[in-house]
Amino acid sequence: MEVFVQQVVSGLATGGIYGSLALALVMIYQATDVVNFAQGEMAMFSTYLAWTMLNAGLSYWVAFVATLAIAFVGGLLIQRLIIRPVESAPILTIVIVCVGLLVILNSLAGWIYSYIQKPFPSPFPSTPIRIGGVVFGAHALGALAVTLLVLAVLYTFFRFTTLGLAMRAAAQNPASSRLVGIRVGWMLALGWGFAALVGAVAGMMVAPVVFLDPNMMAGILIYAFASATLGGFTSPGGAVLGGLIVGVIENLVGTYVRFIGTELKLTVALALILVVLVVRPSGLFGRAAVHRV
Amino acid sequence: MGAILEADGLEAQYGWTRVLHGVRFAVEEKGITAILGANGAGKTTTLRAVCGMVKRAGQVRFEGQRIDGKATEEIVRRGIAHVPEGRGTFVQLTVEENLRLGAYTRRETGGLPRDFERIYGYFPVLGERRRQTAGTLSGGEQQMLAIARGLMLRPRLLLLDEPSLGLAPLLVREIFRIVQTINREEGVSVLLVEQNAAMALELAGQAYLLETGRVVMTGPAADLRRDDAIRRAYLGY
Repeated sequence: MEVFVQQVVSGLATGGIYGSLALALVMIYQATDVVNFAQGEMAMFSTYLAWTMLNAGLSYWVAFVATLAIAFVGGLLIQRLIIRPVESAPILTIVIVCVGLLVILNSLAGWIYSYIQKPFPSPFPSTPIRIGGVVFGAHALGALAVTLLVLAVLYTFFRFTTLGLAMRAAAQNPASSRLVGIRVGWMLALGWGFAALVGAVAGMMVAPVVFLDPNMMAGILIYAFASATLGGFTSPGGAVLGGLIVGVIENLVGTYVRFIGTELKLTVALALILVVLVVRPSGLFGRAAVHRV
Repeated sequence: MGAILEADGLEAQYGWTRVLHGVRFAVEEKGITAILGANGAGKTTTLRAVCGMVKRAGQVRFEGQRIDGKATEEIVRRGIAHVPEGRGTFVQLTVEENLRLGAYTRRETGGLPRDFERIYGYFPVLGERRRQTAGTLSGGEQQMLAIARGLMLRPRLLLLDEPSLGLAPLLVREIFRIVQTINREEGVSVLLVEQNAAMALELAGQAYLLETGRVVMTGPAADLRRDDAIRRAYLGY
């Protein structure tokens, strides 16, 4: 029973990270119909920036906030400078631009920081926390808290502010948005900024667990895809919940199904994508796409 | 009275197909002006050209200033509310959120609560359904919402594209009555595009008749209504 609870909680912690990255994917997908394959590498690169600042002697939370700010501006600039020129191009062109971005960021990180794994600090104490006889890793609980906090802030922003409302409107109906005076292009850029910010949180929370290296987000991006597919690519809340479910499933299957263990865990995510696409393509909370022809 | 909006030599094209061939018209200040014509005459395109939603050429002046080079969102910010054909409401957002978006460009927000009240006064049904998503509204209610959203801008000019489309006659009459009230009491100029010529001519002061992208007839609405030849040839009633 203790093992079960532990596995569920640590599954929720990694699941929160998958969910964050899935949310970043969904935010961009909803606004532009593009799956941003570079989302993971953007997060990885942000984490390296945080590492650089920490090495320069900044305290953790200062570096954390600074990284979020840089990631936000970076995401905004990527949309304005790289994505916007191909905005009206066929979808495949945009996908290839995203894949190109992935390769560039990956190589750039390898070139600057080398491919050797680096430890990345956790802001939380290393002593485990005991709650009613069950022992939890402090980082797992902390990462879960940070992730939920970021999600709550984002939710509040999108739900209750005028700018958040305008961003949702621009994502749903660009033509009508222009007719009420919303500068749709900037809303899309802001969306990329926020997605990059959420990704950066995911990167910094997962790096202490998987170690920092240019390829650290590759597997996590696949989990994020599984989460977004499960929750529905059209539902931000669904993507987060999908992430939590995927995290828990992954952990439980790895623990209790002997032949899967840690080696085949990623396969579970891929299998999950396949099953969801066959059984319920719009995901748990997504709407089936309806296009007027 | 002077004109609030003037178009001269207005051309518009979709891809290679030119749809407007030098249209010239004026919307009188504080008046209701109608653009009539059959399906495919270019009525909707005329409105879209004014708002920069389609590739266009020619001159458009709003309150004396050129707007033909401006982007849609900038034109809207000057005080032109466009209620598009098919309504263009945000179906996943609530009625209230749709209305809030209508006021998006307004700098002062102090008057907002009063405006909500005013709008719900014109359209009580929207007040009852303020927390519902727009997609759950009926066709007529969505049309009301679209007009209401336009009014939240506090526009000086309201562009209405086929407000009667797909609505029951009684509802059409109701909506036209509200448009008339808004025009009279708030001094909002209206440019109305309609296939329902009989209704539009009752409402409008000045009317333009469009045929395959050209203005073929213009004059006071009352004159057009009385002219049997025009009525039979162009208006179909």
